[in-house]
Parts: sequence; C-alpha cells; structure tokens
Amino acid sequence: MRIEAQGLNMRLGRREVLRGLDFVAHAGEMTAVIGPNGAGKTTLLKVLAGLLVPGAGTVSLDGRALTDWLPRARARSLAYLPQERVTHWALSARAVVALGRLPHQPMGAGESPADRHAIDAALAAMDIGHLAARPVPEMSGGERARVLVARALAQEPAALLADEPAAGLDPAHQLALFHHLTALASAGRTIVVALHDLSLAARFCHRIVLMQAGRSVAAGVAGEVLQSEHLAAVYGIAAQYTRVEGIPVVLVADVLP
Amino acid sequence: MRDIPGRLGLEPSYLLAALAAMAALAFIMSLSVGPSGIGIDAAGEARTLIFYEIRLPRAVLGTLVGGALGLSGAALQGYLRNPLAEPSLVGVSGGAALGAVLAIHLGLSHLLALALPIGGLAGAAVAMLAVVALAGAHGGPVTLILAGLAVSSIATALISLALNLSQNPFASVEMVLWMMGSLADRSLTQLWISAPFILLGCALLLTVARALNALTLGEDAASSLGIDLRRTRLAVVAGTALSVGAATAVTGIIGFIGLIVPHMLRPLAQYRPGLLLPASLLGGAAMLLVADVALRIVQPWVELRIGVLTALIGAPFFVWLVLKTRAELAP
Repeated sequence: MRIEAQGLNMRLGRREVLRGLDFVAHAGEMTAVIGPNGAGKTTLLKVLAGLLVPGAGTVSLDGRALTDWLPRARARSLAYLPQERVTHWALSARAVVALGRLPHQPMGAGESPADRHAIDAALAAMDIGHLAARPVPEMSGGERARVLVARALAQEPAALLADEPAAGLDPAHQLALFHHLTALASAGRTIVVALHDLSLAARFCHRIVLMQAGRSVAAGVAGEVLQSEHLAAVYGIAAQYTRVEGIPVVLVADVLP
Repeated sequence: MRDIPGRLGLEPSYLLAALAAMAALAFIMSLSVGPSGIGIDAAGEARTLIFYEIRLPRAVLGTLVGGALGLSGAALQGYLRNPLAEPSLVGVSGGAALGAVLAIHLGLSHLLALALPIGGLAGAAVAMLAVVALAGAHGGPVTLILAGLAVSSIATALISLALNLSQNPFASVEMVLWMMGSLADRSLTQLWISAPFILLGCALLLTVARALNALTLGEDAASSLGIDLRRTRLAVVAGTALSVGAATAVTGIIGFIGLIVPHMLRPLAQYRPGLLLPASLLGGAAMLLVADVALRIVQPWVELRIGVLTALIGAPFFVWLVLKTRAELAP
C-alpha cells in the first residue's frame, strides 16, 4: 500500500507542528521518520493514520483519499502503534493482542481460525507466547511494549505506522523486531517507523525522511540522508554514517557547541 | 478461549448463563416472598390482585432498574476507564431527582400521579443535554466527568432550595422519602411509562461493547482500530440518561449498584469491558431483586428503603475500593 501526503499543515494549539510537509512511503519498503524532539514525527504519523485532520494538505492510501475510507476498512489495511504504551484493566497479553483482530471480526462474532492464527503468529513474532496468560499490568515495560507491538502485528495490515516501536526493548528484542519488520516489508507491506535510534534507521530502513520543525529536510536512502552535514544542521551533533563489520551504523561523537 | 490458568474467569457463555440463572431465580423469589413469608397471605380475588398489582410490577421493575444500573455502571467504567465511575457521576440521577422533587414541590404530583415519574424523566433529559453541551463535542472522559459533577452540584443545590422553601411539611417528607429510592407500591402504569426508555437505553449501551474493548488500548489506538469515539461517547451518555434517568424517575435514587456490580464481576469476565456489559446487566438485576427480597423479609421488624440499604452496603464498599486503589498506587 502506497501512503502519500502532500502539503501537510498542522497546528496544535498555537504551535505549527507540520509546515507544508510532503511524504511518501512505498509498499515493500520500510521508511524511517527521524528528527529531533518536537520535529513533528508523531503528529505526522497520527495524520497519516487518520487520527488528526490536517489544517491543509491531503493524505491518500493507494491513491484514494484517506477521508474516503470507512474507518473499519481503513483499520483492516492500516495499523497504528502509538508511542504511549497504554493498557487499561488487567487483561491478559493474549486478550490485548486479540484486540488487533477487531476490525476483521463482524459484530458479535467470536474468534475465527484466521484470527487465532494471526494472534498466535504475532505472539510468536514478539517472543511472548510464554507470557500469553499473564496480565499485562504485571509485566515489565519491555514485555508490555512487545505485547502492544504484537497487537498491531495481529491486525495483519497492509501498512503499519509505528511510533518508536523499539523504545524500551532490550537489544536482542530490538533486533528481532526489526528483522520481523524487514520480513514484513519484503512480503510487500508498507512499514513506517518513527525512530530516535539512527543506527537502526541506517541498518534496516530502505528510505529515511529527516524532519525538522515540521518540514522534511532530506529524504532518500540512508547514505544520502545521514550525511554528517545534515545531522549537524538538524540535531546539532558531530556524527558519522559508517560501517562496522559491514553493518551500517551512525557514530555520534559529540554535541556540537 | 483457551488460556488464563490460575485466574478466575469462565467461558463467556457459561458466565452469562450462570448470571441469567441467578437473575431468574431472584425474579421468582421476588414474586413469591412477601412480608408474611413465602407465598401470598390471601385467597381468591385478593390473591390475584396482590400478585398482578403488587408483586409482578415490583419484580419487573426491580429487574429493569437493577439491570439498567449495573449495565450503565459497567459502560461508564469502561468508557471512562475508571473503576470508580458510577451512573450518578454523569449528573443523570441528580437531574431525575430534581425533576421529581419539583413535581412534588409545585404540587403537580397531587394533581396527577404520573407527574412524579414524568418530572423525573424530564429532569434526566435536561441534565443529559446540559452535560453534553457542557462537555462539548470533542471533549474526552475528563471533561465528561467534570460536566457531570457540575450538573450534579446544580441539581443538588436546587433540591436543597426546594426543600428549604417547602411550606408544606408533608411535601418535604415526601421529597426526602422519594429520594431514598424504593421499588414498593409502584403501579403498572408507572412501569409502562418507564420500561420503553429503560430498554432503549440498555440497547444503546450494549452497542458499545467492541468500542470499550478497543478503548483498553487508549483513544488513539481504539480510533485506529476503526472505532468511532464520538458515537461511542454519545451512546454511553444517551444510554445512561435514558436507562438510569427513567429508572430513577420511577424508583428514586438507588445508589452503588452501578459501582459494585461491575466491580465484582470484572475478574469473572476476565477484565474484558465488552463482556462485562451483559454480565453487569444480569448481575445488577439479580442483586437489586435479592436486596428487595431481603427488605421484605426484615419488614416485620424494620421498615427499610432499598436506596438506604444499597447505600449502607455501597458506601463501605467504596471506602474499601479507595483503600485498594491506594495500595495499588503505593510504591
């Protein structure tokens, strides 16, 4: 599914959060949205998910305006993982993951075999099969984060918008998550992740969009976007895009004076 | 669902079947127990009269009112994601009480017996419109609670004013007694005018089950799962106003059922807010019917009103809930 946005303007209170932003994410690719705090990454993802209505500009999914999609149909094609790891009530991990199947279930219907398969696959992908019966509030922050990622995976969407999916995960589970997202992209899905970890973006993402103050400063492959000049101008850091044992990384040396 | 070893919780269909059986049993008890023990202490025409004019309306009203209170409590707790939420929180009970008190104060209830429930219904409707207008179209749960509190305070103030200005001591007593809540001596006519509103409100509340499940993940995630949050909020507010407003209009204020029932059933429903809706509907009906039967059993010794009984049980329960919440929040 191709996600495209043009000329997005968004005002939250008195602050202009998005200013004439263009964005595109293609099927079969993982696209990273990076930028310093307050650059507008979360707002962009919420606008793309249809949760916020932009002051100006358009969003389309596969060429069809987002506003023309019925909410249920949109939810079957597009999943959104919020940055805040919210779960109310003491639901079990499995019950939380099962919520991802809501858009696929007709009113009043129980779990179908397809639902069960998707839930089990999502639990396995996030390595939480053994925690399925545990109440989510009793889990550690990282385990809870994995449960919520699994919820979005269980939705089996054509496109996944994930806001900081790696935050709070240990290195092994961060890698496992990104390997899984890469596999989903290879299978033709559209993956968009807002990220702070530049090395994860460099290593796994086909395209990177660098944002600053509501605008897209650079967009393209890692080698182009993660140039030292860009990182210095946007983040105010001395950093270098390089490879260690063949793996792309961004080495951050220092904060610029 | 295969899972949850070591946790309370039944297969949903078993849970609902068990609760339905309890409610049915309580209904039969309500029909058969009177102030003079089991059975009806009369014969012939009097017996028929007692059954159809006294016992049956009381049992049906208990079922409807208890169900409405339990269901709306579960819906409000699910929507507000707060286990301390209660139907009276959104101002509807206060509005209904004010409407009924005004009907007594202005002497309308003496001109027309139905003025009391009609006043209650009108009060509930006005309170609901005021809450919705005050909370705004886009406000979240917090603005709804604040708007409900504001409207409740206004209603309480005006009720006090009516009591204060009342010249007729009998009217004052009538107002105070009415506010205590009772299922006794309600006529079939009163049942007929309230039942459609209660049923319509309950039907509306039952439609939000999926939405409440999705809201477990917060508003953004629920919205991204295709849930219409505005429709959900409207259904919760209108459903509560219709069901609890109509119930309060006929019975007076019966508190705490909407707080206690969802709370007791939540672990059995595996904490799923959607499943808790029908469970609390059945559980609320069973609980109010049993409480009402208990009142009739003690009636020869002490004349208790049901609103007083539920408050006596409910208030300590609320204290316990606060202590439990405090312990959970403690570091």
